[in-house]
Amino acid sequence: MKPFTYERARSPAEAAAAAARIQGARFIAGGTNLLDLMKLQIETPGYLIDVNGLALDKIETTPEGGMRIGALVRNTDLAADDRVRRDYGLLSRAMLAGASGQLRNKATTAGNLLQRTRCPYFYDTNQPCNKRRPGSGCAALGGFSRQHAVVGASEACIATHPSDMAVAMRALDATVETVRPDGSARSIPIAEFHRLPGDTPHIETALAAGELITAVTLPKPVGGKHIYRKVRDRASYAFALISVAAVIQRDGSGRVALGGVAHKPWRVEAAEPDLPRGAKAASAGLLADATPTRENAFKLLLVERTLGAVLTEARA
Amino acid sequence: MKFDTPATTNPIDQLKIIGKPTDRIDGPSKTAGTAPYAYERHDIVANPAHGYVVGSAIAKGRIASIDLTDAKAAAGVLAIVTAENAGKLAKGSLNTASLLGGPEIQHYHQAIAVVVAETFEQARSAAELIRVDYIRAEGAYDLAAAKNSAAKPATDEDPPDTAVGDFAGAFATAPVQFDATYTTPDQAHAMMEPHASMAAWDGDRLTVVTSNQMIAWGARDLATTLGLPRDRVRMISPFIGGGFGGKLFVRADVLLAALGARAAGRPVKVALTRPLIFNNTTHRPATIQRIRIGATRDGRITAIGHEGWSGDLPDGKPETAVNQTRLLYAGANRMTATRLAVLDLPEGNAMRAPGEASGMMALEIAVDEMAEKLGLDPIEFRILNDTQVDPEKPERKFSHRPLVECLRMGADRFGWSKRSAQPGRTRDGRWLTGIGAAAAFRNNVVQKSAARVRLDPRGVVTVETDMTDIGTGSYTIIAQTAAEMMGLPLNKVVVRLGDSTFPVSAGSGGQWGANSSTAGVYAACVKLREAVAQKLGFGSADVVFADGEVRSGNRSAPLAKAAGDSGIVAEDTIEFGDLDKKYQQSTFGAHFVEVGVDAATAEVRIRRMLAVCAAGRILNPKSARSQVIGAMTMGAGAALMEDLVIDERSGFFVNHDLAGYEVPVHADIPHQDVIFLDEVDPISSPMKAKGVGELGICGVGAAIANAIYNATGVRVRDYPITLDKLLDRMPAVG
Ligand SMILES: Cc1cc2nc3c(=O)[nH]c(=O)nc-3n(C[C@H](O)[C@H](O)[C@H](O)COP(=O)(O)OP(=O)(O)OC[C@H]3O[C@@H](n4cnc5c(N)ncnc54)[C@H](O)[C@@H]3O)c2cc1C
Ligand code: SF4
Repeated sequence: MKPFTYERARSPAEAAAAAARIQGARFIAGGTNLLDLMKLQIETPGYLIDVNGLALDKIETTPEGGMRIGALVRNTDLAADDRVRRDYGLLSRAMLAGASGQLRNKATTAGNLLQRTRCPYFYDTNQPCNKRRPGSGCAALGGFSRQHAVVGASEACIATHPSDMAVAMRALDATVETVRPDGSARSIPIAEFHRLPGDTPHIETALAAGELITAVTLPKPVGGKHIYRKVRDRASYAFALISVAAVIQRDGSGRVALGGVAHKPWRVEAAEPDLPRGAKAASAGLLADATPTRENAFKLLLVERTLGAVLTEARA
Repeated sequence: MKFDTPATTNPIDQLKIIGKPTDRIDGPSKTAGTAPYAYERHDIVANPAHGYVVGSAIAKGRIASIDLTDAKAAAGVLAIVTAENAGKLAKGSLNTASLLGGPEIQHYHQAIAVVVAETFEQARSAAELIRVDYIRAEGAYDLAAAKNSAAKPATDEDPPDTAVGDFAGAFATAPVQFDATYTTPDQAHAMMEPHASMAAWDGDRLTVVTSNQMIAWGARDLATTLGLPRDRVRMISPFIGGGFGGKLFVRADVLLAALGARAAGRPVKVALTRPLIFNNTTHRPATIQRIRIGATRDGRITAIGHEGWSGDLPDGKPETAVNQTRLLYAGANRMTATRLAVLDLPEGNAMRAPGEASGMMALEIAVDEMAEKLGLDPIEFRILNDTQVDPEKPERKFSHRPLVECLRMGADRFGWSKRSAQPGRTRDGRWLTGIGAAAAFRNNVVQKSAARVRLDPRGVVTVETDMTDIGTGSYTIIAQTAAEMMGLPLNKVVVRLGDSTFPVSAGSGGQWGANSSTAGVYAACVKLREAVAQKLGFGSADVVFADGEVRSGNRSAPLAKAAGDSGIVAEDTIEFGDLDKKYQQSTFGAHFVEVGVDAATAEVRIRRMLAVCAAGRILNPKSARSQVIGAMTMGAGAALMEDLVIDERSGFFVNHDLAGYEVPVHADIPHQDVIFLDEVDPISSPMKAKGVGELGICGVGAAIANAIYNATGVRVRDYPITLDKLLDRMPAVG
């Protein structure tokens, strides 16, 4: 771990300005991801800006009848919020399927969206990894890739985004609210927030340098049955091999996002009209142009079958 | 004390304290955090500096150059030790690869340097400034590819091959034949406490506080490695946060703490970081196993053959996965063969029930498959082929072998009769459910073991032995033994373990620890009883030790009185004659498991487990049960998730942390029962006990595999049984 300077930010705008101004600065929220990566020398910020004291930890109802979730709301609090449980059950279920109670007590909304991949080669600084060291190559290609992406991957990187929460957010059409270093605010639809790896897998989101997440907003509730199904080898405390986040209406229409299959929460709106026709049809659209490796090809069948089980559960 | 004839009645048989489910005497300090572990023994080693270990970035080759300039200049750095400046080092007799590599590199993450600094953070940050140029060499990392080059291992312990009768002929002519190949992956001990040591020099005397299962081996090998006379090294390891065989030997933390302390001129402590442990230390090697069984149509085995392949570094050891097949089932024509390939992966070595754990995972699926082929109930097939003698040497009887009782009792308690013999027929909502069983078998080994007991004027008996407690309950059963022998309550016994200045014990390994070490304490207590009787002038024949008193005829005296002002000390060693040659001593059991397999995703979730064990006298049913359920849990991990994945291009275990190497969590283990058969085995020791710590893992993986088959009709012969191996043969969804 490199020595670093630590500072508590006083306002969101100041935090953003400082982060843009200071070379190698990073925000720290719960620290459950960033600190681990710093200990392993995967992240080497020389400057940490603590954003915990910025009063960004409120959950509010928006004038449109939706919800505004502060960037610093802890995962535990968000999952337990009555309105979330009633109107956005998908989100609550996804969060409770992730990590452990202790971690969720620390983990924040923004930090969860920005957590980095669990590709094991990313975690071993002896190995080539374009995400960690751009241009060094991708050890996972041709290596151990059981948990890696099957859609939207590139020759440069086949990593997945590990979050459960973000998959639910994607299905719920969330919007990420930020403040930029010049003090202006902007809204980024979740669909555009995470990027595919392309040639630049080290650039993971649409955030500009120094840009601070202040909140995530959800549109007004859409009703329907909210099902989050996380598939994993061990029963708890494991990242998803794949996950299915679905909101299914009485008439069989609905929306679905997938975790564990791509560099971002994966949703293909064009495939959703096929949901009433069943899992096979819908997953064909969701996973069109899949490029699995030999080790993770099973994910295609797994998605189809899991979606099938989710649709059955929704009908029941 | 020489133990060479079966035990007769002795004070242990009173069972006033032995055999009771006593809470662990170290439990309160464990739960209160006052049982100190190696890394925190600042009471023994004051003001230690911190060492951070650097592991090799390549699996095989050479270090062309190491540049320490920047690291040496970093804040707080006191010393950096590499093979270049470490001085001459030898290799301990139990290490395969060198603990400090360079210039030659033998495996990935082999230690190549230790950076010593004032703080841990400084040492770690400086370590990252070390620049190493490597020259990579080609290595062999794939067991399947190396299988054909595997050779008969040179070993003086077990013979690699055995043959009785005409296996080939009998198998070829058997009316029913079965032939299949199974694989088990490399596995990690993944104990909670990392390997950690503190070292302090006083002139040429070295004291290390460490986490080690075998103190005498450790002190000897450390002295050898450093070129010191044995008596200059003191090793202390009173509390150990899990070992499972991963701490049987001196590892890099011990050596580098010692070298770092010498270089820095100050005590040093070193813990291996979690990502380093998987490739730096030892692991259970992967196996390929071919099993052939021939039987008559009514289910009698006429031919049984088991071949096993594993790999290790040059001069390493095989995984003896075939050995239990020499003993478990009857059959006139038999063969076993162990072959060892050279692989350049990290060192393979013992992990909980080496040999049997892997061997039973394969054998007990094969037996299930053969039973199905014969149209027999798998339990009945096992019972039909039971043997009460060593099938390779029929003149040798088992000391005691209630395998059939274990199977029958387990079947009864678990509800085996409700199992559908047809697989894939039972459904509970979204779950396909199934029941599976397997025999459990693990040899019982006895080892010479010594102890010293001291009776003080307060009437307290203190036991000292270099035995270790790796979380198993050694403290407690040793205290129970001394209390029973001396007629004292438990709170009048003090137990001190894990110090090389104490008499040499059996140590913790191969499930020999409990029986052998308590037998050593028994021997020392017999001497102490004699000394007490003599001191009191009691005739020793009729002396009774009870309720803190010594009685003889109508005379009695408090035990404390015999101690006088200076106390009485007695020391003895239990040494085992050839009873273990005359009789085959083994432990037996039966595992029963019910699983649910998600019909859509093929996720396997265990619903309940039962083990029925026959392992001699159970010294403490509570700690014994903990051992068995822990082993069952570990077996569940082996069956369902544990897999050190090899990158065959660069030759290392990729998933080298606890996020990547999954072991079961609570949610994976819903319900476990353990039943111990009421048994004493006077042939094993004066304690009449046997090992139980490893029995619980042997066979459980196969019971799970058999349950999965019963649930789904899908046979998986390659562990771990993850959902991707079942998925395409699961029923249609919806
Ligand atoms: C053992 C373990 C198991 C886990 N299992 C799961 C799991 O099953 N499912 C799952 O979804 N997650 C899992 N996680 C990940 C966990 O959810 C994340 O670590 C957590 O959500 C990160 O939140 P944080 O607040 O601690 O982020 P931090 O570590 O503080 O920050 C993460 C990143 O976000 C940036 N950041 C933080 N706040 C802001 C902001 N307001 N604006 C801009 N940038 C910001 C930081 O600079 C940093 O780069 C697991 C983690 C661990 C350690
Ligand atoms: S998949 Fe991405 S994160 Fe993993 S090694 Fe390749 S580039 Fe790095």
